[in-house]
Amino acid sequence: MIETIFPNVDWDVLWEATKETIYMTVASTIFTFILGLILGIVLFLSSPGQLWANRLLNFITSAFVNVFRSIPFLILIILLIPFTKLIMESMRGPQAALPALVIGAAPFYARMVLIALQEIDKGVIEAARSMGAKTTTIIFKVLIPESLPALISGITVTAISLLGFTAMAGVIGAGGLGNAAFLDGFQRNRGDVTMAATILILIIVFIIQFVGDAAVKKMDKR
Amino acid sequence: MIELKDVTKRYGQEDGLLAVDGVTLSIGDGAIFGIIGYSGAGKSTLIRLLNGLEKPTSGSITIAGREISSVSAKELRKVRQKVSMIFQHFNLLWSRTVKGNIAFPLEIAGVPKAERERRVEELIDLVGLRGRENAHPAELSGGQKQRVGIARALANEPEVLLCDEATSALDPETTDQILDLLTDINQRLGLTIVMITHEMHVIRKICHQVAVMESGRVVEKGNVLDVFQHPQAVITKRFVSQVTEPAGTEQALAHVRQEVPDGTLVKLVFIGERTEQPVLSSLIRSFQVDVNIVQGNITHTQGGAYGTLILQILGNGSVVQEAIQFLQREGVQAEVIVHD
Repeated sequence: MIETIFPNVDWDVLWEATKETIYMTVASTIFTFILGLILGIVLFLSSPGQLWANRLLNFITSAFVNVFRSIPFLILIILLIPFTKLIMESMRGPQAALPALVIGAAPFYARMVLIALQEIDKGVIEAARSMGAKTTTIIFKVLIPESLPALISGITVTAISLLGFTAMAGVIGAGGLGNAAFLDGFQRNRGDVTMAATILILIIVFIIQFVGDAAVKKMDKR
Repeated sequence: MIELKDVTKRYGQEDGLLAVDGVTLSIGDGAIFGIIGYSGAGKSTLIRLLNGLEKPTSGSITIAGREISSVSAKELRKVRQKVSMIFQHFNLLWSRTVKGNIAFPLEIAGVPKAERERRVEELIDLVGLRGRENAHPAELSGGQKQRVGIARALANEPEVLLCDEATSALDPETTDQILDLLTDINQRLGLTIVMITHEMHVIRKICHQVAVMESGRVVEKGNVLDVFQHPQAVITKRFVSQVTEPAGTEQALAHVRQEVPDGTLVKLVFIGERTEQPVLSSLIRSFQVDVNIVQGNITHTQGGAYGTLILQILGNGSVVQEAIQFLQREGVQAEVIVHD
């Protein structure tokens, strides 16, 4: 049955490609979460009226976020080739896609972090200050826990777009399902391979969305 | 305990909003001190100056001998553990349970875990939240949330408790319960309470001293009972009448004037034990007058009871004057209400 629908699919090769895609998505999501959270918190705290209110710091961070958010991902990969070579010592394989994925997605996530933090009741931050909390305490015990559902739903959306980016990175040599769909499927005119790769990507998207939604639901006690 | 000398707070540049304008106040150890004013009077800014959430533009603020406006950031964090605060909208962390919220200031102060848990248990009993300790704020009523706020504020054994409109978001019955809890805490723990409010009821019920604020200035201050008896400023009179004159007083007076135009309207003010003595019956026995009670009211304050009674006295010639003099001799303030 499966052989008749997908005559040209080598399942072992496709499974390898799936693992590469999962690896790229998971690793880049983790780094994007960390970098995006740091950028988002700096953006929030440096904005007027906040604890680190500082026009210069806010300007530099916003500029960085806006510039990297605006560059199309395919161009970003090319622009970052020297940087990637420097830190990854190679331009091939799933690892080589990570710098471009993280630098492309973290500014996008940083904006979502900023919005999530702006939703926190100002009074709660004031209450923490009135108890003598340090800024680091406010970050780790107020800002992050109080905005966690929004941070998680944001990273869910980001992870799904990262999965899309990995497919694009795959086309230029990073491997994964995008590579399989393009080289094995499109270029060799095997429509069934492209279809199988698409179905696998969709399954991963559904899993990410399901896990993300379940986590938000469990956490949100408001 | 708390001394403010000529404190001014201006937002922005020189033409900015003057929120607090030359306030000088002295708040004694263990007192419950009320600051009343309408919104925009500067009372929220004033209370935030006391724990350094706002910095004064000029003037000095000392709490237990420490100059708040000039301590370092690190010292200020220490001071804040001893000058804690509760809020109108409670400001609890929704992500933590009741226990977690109460433990938060203890975590900030670096109290070890075992000690923290012991203290949280004590505080839950103190504010009457036993049975709700694992609930999240979203599952609590307004009054329960404020109890968590109070427990949280008491966690580090503060010397001063600042209340920022702490009962304004609560219904009247819950307000009274929270006020009772605050009075109880003041008596049991001996801590100084500073509360800002726009409700004279709150001042009447629990405060010992009061300051009235209008456009950034303190226009009147003193013992609550004194201010209730002899309000000076127009705004103070308005606040006092919120609790001493039930709605409809003006209409009642107008009605009586119309019905019996030749009577004399007299407002009597009784203080302390005078409120419990039968002054009226001796008045009627001693003088040939008829007395018509228009309205009466007794207000209990922390400094004692305070009663007002509006009478219409009917009698021939000078006997009414004599009756009023008799009342004054008996220690009752009697004042003829002149029709205007």
